Amino acid sequence: MEQFLLKLLIFLAAAVIAVPLARKFKLGSVLGYLIAGIVIGPFGLSLIDDIETVMHFTEFGVVMMLFLVGLELKPSLLWEMRTPILGMGGSQVMITFVAIGLACAFFLPWKQAVAVGLILALSSTAIVLQTLREKGLMNTSPGKSIFSVLLFQDLAFIPMLAILPLLAAAVVHTDTHHGSGFFDITTFPAYLRLIVVLLAFGLIYIVGKYGSRPIFRAIAASRVREVFVAAALALVIGISLLMTAVGLSPALGTFMAGVVLADSEYRHELESDIEPFKGLLLGIFFISIGASLNFILIIQQLWQIGGLVTGLILIKAIILFAIAKAFKMPGNERLLFALALAQGGEFAFVLFSFAKINGVLPHSLTETLISVVAISMFLAPLLFLLHDRLIAPRLQKTGAERPADDIQHGGRSVILAGFGRLGTDLGRLLISAGVKPVILDHNEANVDILRRFGFEVYYGDATRLDLLESAGAADAELIIITLGDHEKSMELVKLVQKHYPQLKIAVNAVDRGAAFEFMDLGVTTIRRETFGSALTLGQDALQLLGFDPYEAYKIRRLFRKKDKDTMPELYRIHREDEDKYISMYQQHNADLTELMKKDREIDMEELDKAWAAANPET
Amino acid sequence: MPSNTGKVMKKILILFGHPAFKRSTINAALRKAVENLEGITFHDLYARYPDFLIDVSHEQKLCESHDIIVFQHPFYWYSTPAIIKEWFDLVLEHTWSYGVAGTALAGKITFQALTAGGNLSNYRAGGLNMFTIKELTTPFRATANLCQMEWLPPFAVLGIHQGLPKEECTRHAEDYRKILIALRDNRLDLTKARDCELLNYERKSIINEV
Repeated sequence: MEQFLLKLLIFLAAAVIAVPLARKFKLGSVLGYLIAGIVIGPFGLSLIDDIETVMHFTEFGVVMMLFLVGLELKPSLLWEMRTPILGMGGSQVMITFVAIGLACAFFLPWKQAVAVGLILALSSTAIVLQTLREKGLMNTSPGKSIFSVLLFQDLAFIPMLAILPLLAAAVVHTDTHHGSGFFDITTFPAYLRLIVVLLAFGLIYIVGKYGSRPIFRAIAASRVREVFVAAALALVIGISLLMTAVGLSPALGTFMAGVVLADSEYRHELESDIEPFKGLLLGIFFISIGASLNFILIIQQLWQIGGLVTGLILIKAIILFAIAKAFKMPGNERLLFALALAQGGEFAFVLFSFAKINGVLPHSLTETLISVVAISMFLAPLLFLLHDRLIAPRLQKTGAERPADDIQHGGRSVILAGFGRLGTDLGRLLISAGVKPVILDHNEANVDILRRFGFEVYYGDATRLDLLESAGAADAELIIITLGDHEKSMELVKLVQKHYPQLKIAVNAVDRGAAFEFMDLGVTTIRRETFGSALTLGQDALQLLGFDPYEAYKIRRLFRKKDKDTMPELYRIHREDEDKYISMYQQHNADLTELMKKDREIDMEELDKAWAAANPET
Repeated sequence: MPSNTGKVMKKILILFGHPAFKRSTINAALRKAVENLEGITFHDLYARYPDFLIDVSHEQKLCESHDIIVFQHPFYWYSTPAIIKEWFDLVLEHTWSYGVAGTALAGKITFQALTAGGNLSNYRAGGLNMFTIKELTTPFRATANLCQMEWLPPFAVLGIHQGLPKEECTRHAEDYRKILIALRDNRLDLTKARDCELLNYERKSIINEV
């Protein structure tokens, strides 16, 4: 027990030290973990052993991650991605397999070449997805393409497990196979296997769609949080076991489960429960990859391994780039796509040892290739960095083929920045009034869907000057800012005021404090985003309480007017308090106090005087 | 009421407008007296359209499905509360209620049921309000004429400014109820009614008792 705890402590401590450091130098957490692994590994401080076991155990983090990814992906969205998954993913695996296989055929027997080609065609789901999520690229168009390829690779992993034993030089009989210990489905005839697999998916679908809700509701009702956590973990682990039992990738199974549950109201709960486990497991997994780098072997075969790593990354990147081009990805996304997936993956570790056991590949070869894959994985976050630092800025500058759509209908008089919940309704209102705004939104999915419904929505970051320019900010009359992010909105206001002083600004403020900040900038048309609904709901409430509908309506209108009237006064007091350097908390309280005081002064009698002076009872 | 002797019962629509209904005892009494009568639809415009966004086609359909249209409201500034004016402005569309093809309201009976602060002596030549109620409501009469409607003089409760005793209130409410029932059951002498000053002041003479 102490042994285990000590090991755990070493892993955690390494992560705690390395990750913040790595982030401080903007290297990303994955690289931090990998370096931590090298440091505590056998070729560093030699603090840990039995790395392979740790790696196998923590591989489960990948399974959890795919569950989380699935949760964010509704079935309809997944269906929309079928072309990139099958097209891009399929061509990537096939072409890379053929290319690497052919290259290897110069040095290896053809069966070994085929095996190596298959295994090296895969990339690292763990590293790439983690990095994409960290950079917030998951929902961008290159992020989705990258994800599609990874998903296809996950699918391809399964037939690879089936094909590899067929490539054995000599038939080695072994009872070590990939399946779990429940029952051996590999002994079944093919059609029966297919039925079992389909049954497994059907089970996940039915349980996820119909069974999960009452179960989660019952658990949630118990109000014991850890029980929900336990249920979430049990769900993921159970599906993994089921998938392993039927010979499928657990990652794929949990991903499917995630997709099925994406519509569930317990989605966020599941997400927040699984997230920390996933994070920890993946972290330790990355550490163990770092620790598994066999430096003695690497130094012995320095040139060979170096050459292989370079060759692997180059071949994969070139093929990916070509695919990106063939699938008409925008110019500046192609390199990201190519570099992101140009490494070997964690599946390679599994497949290499599987191939070794089955007598497909000799031990010395797998040792070398495992090092090659590990180094390429180590380089993966560095390639992301390279792209971020050196390539992306340059592509932005030339800007000829930005990811942002080229806006042909620029020069309209209204720009609507942000088409989220608020922007959508606002946009609908404007369009219904015959005003067609140029809409800018940063959510790729939104853009695609809304555009299908005939909205003129364009993808891009509204705070980018070049995008504003092409949206016609120079000739436009008005910009309406409905970004969810206050900081972004402030940035945009400043940008507009600086570069397009003629442009009228109407802005949505998340709260009163945000409104004050816009007032600082001199914006006069400010609406607080929840204020309107609050008052309307208040009117409904009064009516339900038996107030005359017209009375309730008048109270709402009067209240809104009074609130507007008191705003400058509240603003003045707020800023005075601020000058006194009181704390944020105190400031909030002071604001609220002033607000309530002002409310007490509101004279609702104004309403009663009307229609009463002359004819009290008419 | 089995008194509609074989004839079809007429359907009455009361378009009610009062922006401060909670404070009006007389309108509450009038409303209460007729609201739940068979064949009568009581339609509170301020409650239905607090934001004044009148559903024109709904209102037109309501009118089309009734034979008698009563406007019940306080007599504000010798006219109606704002929402009833809005109602006229929006609902009475050309080619629906007036103009060559506009015959949707043709033949329907209409009158105002109004409540006013001044008493009868104020509403006359030389009085505080200079004109009689009948004179002051001529715009409504002209409107009815343009829509080819059967106009009747107003039902008016006057003198509210001096305070209205409870029994007075009840009496007016009862009058209102009787007149509406008589109209509904075809027992009101329309020719006589058209010539009287105020419907309720000559109630007895215009209703044919059975």
